[in-house]
Amino acid sequence: MSGGLDEGRQSPARWILAIYTGVFLIYTLVPIAVMIAFSFNQAPNGRVSLRWLGFSLDGYRNAFAIGDLTTALIHSLVVALVAMVVSVVLATPLAIALARYRYRAKTVTDVVIFADIAAPAVVVGASLLSLFLTLNLPRGLFTIFIAHIAFDVAFAVVVIRARVATLDRSLDRAAADLGATPWVAFWTVTFPLILPGIVGAGMLAFALSIDDLIITSFVAGQTLTFPLWVYGAVKTGIPPQVFVLSTLIFVGGAALAVANSIVAHRSGRS
Amino acid sequence: MTDEKTPKNRYRLDDPALIRGLTQPRISRRGMLAAGAMGMAAMAMPRFARADSGAKPTPLDAKWEKWWKEQKPTKELVFANWPYYMDVTDDGKDHPSLDEFTKQSGIDVKYLEVIQDNASFYAKIAPVLKSGQPIGNDLIVMTNGWQLTELLMQDFMIPLWQEKIPNFFKNASPSVISPSYDKDNKHSIVWQSGMTGIAYNPKLTGREITSFEDLFDPKFAGHIGMFTDLSELGSAGLLMAGIDPTTSTPDDWKKAAAKLEEQKKKGLVRQYYDQSYITALENGDIWLTQAWSGDVFQANAKGFKDLKFIIPKEGGMIWHDNMMIPKGAKNPLSALEYMNYYYTPEAAGTIEDYINYICPVPAAQAFIKDQLKDPDVADSELVFPSDEMYAKVHEFYAYKSYDDYQLWQSTFSPIVQG
Amino acid sequence: MSDPVSVRRLGRGAAPYLLSLPSWAYLAAFFIIPLVSMLSMSLAKGNPLVGYAFAWNFAEFGKAVTQYNTQLIRSFWYGALSTFITLVITYPVAYWIAFYGGKHKGTFLFLILLPFFVSFVIRTLAWQFILSDQGLLLGTLKALHLLPKTTYVLSTPAAVVGGLVYNSVAYYILPLYVALEKVDRRVVRAAGDLYASPSATFWKVILPLSAPGIFAGFLLVFVTNVGDFVNAAVLGGPGTRMIGNIIQYNFFDAQNYPMAAALSSILMFLLILAIYLYARVFGAEQIQEYAA
Repeated sequence: MSGGLDEGRQSPARWILAIYTGVFLIYTLVPIAVMIAFSFNQAPNGRVSLRWLGFSLDGYRNAFAIGDLTTALIHSLVVALVAMVVSVVLATPLAIALARYRYRAKTVTDVVIFADIAAPAVVVGASLLSLFLTLNLPRGLFTIFIAHIAFDVAFAVVVIRARVATLDRSLDRAAADLGATPWVAFWTVTFPLILPGIVGAGMLAFALSIDDLIITSFVAGQTLTFPLWVYGAVKTGIPPQVFVLSTLIFVGGAALAVANSIVAHRSGRS
Repeated sequence: MTDEKTPKNRYRLDDPALIRGLTQPRISRRGMLAAGAMGMAAMAMPRFARADSGAKPTPLDAKWEKWWKEQKPTKELVFANWPYYMDVTDDGKDHPSLDEFTKQSGIDVKYLEVIQDNASFYAKIAPVLKSGQPIGNDLIVMTNGWQLTELLMQDFMIPLWQEKIPNFFKNASPSVISPSYDKDNKHSIVWQSGMTGIAYNPKLTGREITSFEDLFDPKFAGHIGMFTDLSELGSAGLLMAGIDPTTSTPDDWKKAAAKLEEQKKKGLVRQYYDQSYITALENGDIWLTQAWSGDVFQANAKGFKDLKFIIPKEGGMIWHDNMMIPKGAKNPLSALEYMNYYYTPEAAGTIEDYINYICPVPAAQAFIKDQLKDPDVADSELVFPSDEMYAKVHEFYAYKSYDDYQLWQSTFSPIVQG
Repeated sequence: MSDPVSVRRLGRGAAPYLLSLPSWAYLAAFFIIPLVSMLSMSLAKGNPLVGYAFAWNFAEFGKAVTQYNTQLIRSFWYGALSTFITLVITYPVAYWIAFYGGKHKGTFLFLILLPFFVSFVIRTLAWQFILSDQGLLLGTLKALHLLPKTTYVLSTPAAVVGGLVYNSVAYYILPLYVALEKVDRRVVRAAGDLYASPSATFWKVILPLSAPGIFAGFLLVFVTNVGDFVNAAVLGGPGTRMIGNIIQYNFFDAQNYPMAAALSSILMFLLILAIYLYARVFGAEQIQEYAA
């Protein structure tokens, strides 16, 4: 993972790219800054307004005052975690099979994976709902799990497969030659090498899940996730708690990023 | 949440500024309510309308009478309603009128603000009801329109045991008794009514708005809002064409659609809005728009003091949100008890003083004026409309069948979906 | 994860099937079977009152194309445009992180992903705040008399495409980064040693080697954007409705399920066609063979 090749180079292109990346990061964070700023806006009648009405901490003081919203947020986190873990566990073996073997069902599998990704969210949601209705399965958290895993799996397969495809197969053969059982070889050689792919797939699955609105709206029944709650509230006006909770989550994420970079720094030194 | 900073006694009717012209900005929702009402036309002063419609409970058929008598009282009620449709304390945590209900009846209310629009709520509950499962709510609120008609046609609602809601027959306004969409109130009684007119920001329009013709003024191109709801949009088109929506025919619909299409083609319409129009109006994206009466006053209270609401001279619309008990409800007797409670001047008045649409209980006017000491709401023509006001507004066209509804939809949906 | 063990024991023939089984079972139950029920729905007849029954009724497909071809074409146009813009603006970022990120690659990726800690509905809403007529951007420019009072950005195609781009950037950076990270630095160095100019090295070596990332990003972004309705709903206007809005309208407002299912089927078919054409034109198969 070392960037050894480029360490020595100091081309101007490198600095232009660095500045561009900085500007780009600012662009991606502008809406977030707006959200944070307006989480401190006064909100008479419990709705955030575009106009600056004055600084207030009321939103933070009553961050969890809207019980439904808090519950929806918890639902979202639980759904994203479950979908992330299950989809990665399901996807990894398939990704290995697709990257390493030629077999009859491969083309069909490719088509199915492509189709699952190509299926617009509306299609996935609507088709799942019709299935649940046929099965007389009551809609709720359980059906949201099912739906989220169904779309996360395909994405996870693509990401992990891309990673597996880069690996040199001779590595596990070498391990086998050295007497390692396949089990040991997998965990000591293959797994660490594809781990970045698995982590990437998990992050993508988590991000897709926690953000999903369209599919969830079909299969959620009366259960609300955070995006569903907010999308509904867009019509009637956003209570400040939406911005407040989002800000808190965002700050938590930023703190995590800093912690991550510190840990990376330390392990880099050692 | 900052109401305590805007003392409600600051603007009273005896405030000379208020009487002078009501163009002054003000903060309290209640003040604005009066301003809006009086801005519409110098309106009549308080009346204390009597209900006395002479309506009597309609007996149930034998099957449902037996069913109701088999029900056991429960101590719970799950109430699904629209957001911002219930009185709430300043910290946003308590609903005083619901707490009072619990105190009187011993019934705990689980109050859910889960209905954002009729169509999507319908789409959520209809498949469940069709499969014979309970939707988990004992009381729901829906607007008179196709979805409500559909629910009734498919027999998804429990007929009301009207003997148990005597307050409705004692206190309801004649305007909500036996409506065309639910004869004899067999399955529903009104929660709130409301009016559809035009809201505008005089600072941006630069002049007062009085008519649908203003929605065709090229000066406002790109800053005019219309509703995406096809019943509302189509009705506005009909009123623009000088046709009464209630009695309109499919030929009239075509004329109305042509009018609306022209408005769109000229680039006048900024967007076909759902409830979010009010945010766009507050933000200044739109300068004038089709609007629902209560929203503008809530916006005024939020600090957008310039906004005004009028019923255009061609007329406006009136609609009704109705309480109903869906089949599979676990606490039907609690739902009836709540309905009966709601139709007292005290409960209706407490709620009305907060939500400011049209109150179905005329006697609440005196309660709001004398007990809550809030004459601005009590005297408002928009909350307790006079006969003249009722004469200016029309009921929606009532769809006679699915084909009828489809024809309306296919006439007007190309405008919005284009 | 015990598969690799059993795999070897059962012999090479069965291995890929065993590895595929869990995902296959899941996708069959919760992706393929639902799709079949959706396709059968598109051929159904009836109305919301009496319900819909399967009837080999192909009429909805004809109606879908005649009534909604504008929105279909518009969706593909917005989708393609937003995907291309996203690729162009994110490639340099992914490139920089992959080649120059050094020890901090993880941190930079985390920064790229930071906006994901805020729901995309809220991010889109924030753009509404920024782009509003009297909002932070236009309001300021208008106050400085740099723009006339009547100018607006919201409700225009530019706002919708801009929203689509903004919501896609991270989805494009990740696969691009993965692909660029895989590019063998020795190959790049070899190109330099052979006196290829930096731009020739980029166009002839790095860009082709990153093609799998471009393709993966295209899949993620193009498909999501063609089927999106939230950006059009929050940032769009009367002339920007996309096919997702129409499908949603037919499902939730008109309750015309066969029409919605037919439109969904058409959209699905067209997207698969677009992906197939992309793969043909740019040779995704060769790319994958190469990668394998």
